[in-house]
Amino acid sequence: MIKFYIALLVMGVLTQNFVLSRFLGICPFLGVSKKLNTAVGMSAAVIFVMLLATAATYPLNILLEKNGLGYLQTIVFILVIAALVQMVEIVLKKYVKSLYKALGIYLPLITTNCAVLGVVILNIDNISNYAAYSFGFGHAMMNSFAAGAGFMLAMVLFAGVRSRLETADVPKFLQGLPITLISASIVSMSFLGFGGLVEGLGLL
Amino acid sequence: MANDKKPNLGHELTKGFLKENPVLRLVLGTCPTLATSTSVVNGVGMGIAATLVLICSNMAISALRRVIPSKARIPAYIVIIASFVTVVQMLVKAFVPALDESLGVFLPLIVVNCIILGRAEAFAGKNPVLASGVDGLGMGIGFTAALFCMGTVREILGAGTFLSGIDTMIGGSFTGFDFTGVLEKLHLAPMTIFILPAGGFFVFGILMAVANRLAEGKGLKKAENACAGCPMAASCGRKTEEKAQ
Repeated sequence: MIKFYIALLVMGVLTQNFVLSRFLGICPFLGVSKKLNTAVGMSAAVIFVMLLATAATYPLNILLEKNGLGYLQTIVFILVIAALVQMVEIVLKKYVKSLYKALGIYLPLITTNCAVLGVVILNIDNISNYAAYSFGFGHAMMNSFAAGAGFMLAMVLFAGVRSRLETADVPKFLQGLPITLISASIVSMSFLGFGGLVEGLGLL
Repeated sequence: MANDKKPNLGHELTKGFLKENPVLRLVLGTCPTLATSTSVVNGVGMGIAATLVLICSNMAISALRRVIPSKARIPAYIVIIASFVTVVQMLVKAFVPALDESLGVFLPLIVVNCIILGRAEAFAGKNPVLASGVDGLGMGIGFTAALFCMGTVREILGAGTFLSGIDTMIGGSFTGFDFTGVLEKLHLAPMTIFILPAGGFFVFGILMAVANRLAEGKGLKKAENACAGCPMAASCGRKTEEKAQ
């Protein structure tokens, strides 16, 4: 079943990129992608929190389902993610100073990042969507990592595009956000080229 | 933090339409705007769901504004918002299952929609109940209107239809307009790219440029970078970049 793991990775990073084709995490994508180093730092923090959140919420969901409390999913997940991020911040600050310096400033804003809650909910949906592949905890972790890696790829690519935009001669009415969005559209279009990759490689 | 001067309800209602439109002026809630505006019906469905949550959460938060300690207000707001999102989620699942299907993960994600937390932080936490409800309604209408504009452009150009699928949402026999036959006679085909993600970014960018142009010369500031009006703005966007340097 290693094939399915690879399929999840390819889907998350290329064909169903979280930012460019699923539209999750647009705020940090537009807000923190001006410089390459902040883009990388933010993405690393997102991957870290996504993995942690999945590790925490996947077993919690089993517990909720067992007790017939599935409808509490949204409330429980957002609270767990918020508490987790706070705790990680405190622990890192106290014990892992170097990591805190690298990721710390990005952590608080990840609580309300829709990409993190999105990946957690999508993992739960995947259990029934990919029932044929017996989607389990390992797959959920892989999916989260792929989603985070896809976020990082999009951020890094877009940071490059934006550094070119800074010196470009843009018509006045397009300056600022409009031209940023139009460039994002072109980056997103280039990712359309990966369509059918998973099926073409015979991974699914 | 309570400050109960008499607010002008008409102003609270209309400011969300254009002057402080959450999507085009404050640049909040970009994720659902881009993702659910592939068709008018989808976009407006999302807008109405978010408006319901926004009105309820604004009123609840405003009613509890003297009870919630200011240090723990963000978690408290999130719990209140998440509860209303769960209610709306269940209502949509029960009465409009087609909408639940097409919005997918973006229905629970209303919880982290910056518009709702942003209004709680900027308005409902400081103003009386009625004004907060009206503010929520106005902002919700502004959000829905922006989604309607995006959805109209994307659906007509991308699929050659208008209001398609409306029968699955509100019942009845009207299934929307279909221009594909007319286009075929002119040897044209809809530009599928507009309903794909790339088209979403493009239409949003153009719409933002138009909004900036309209606001020009009216003493309004240009739409700021994303996250500017977001409650997490202090730690996000530009300030984070400044701190990192």
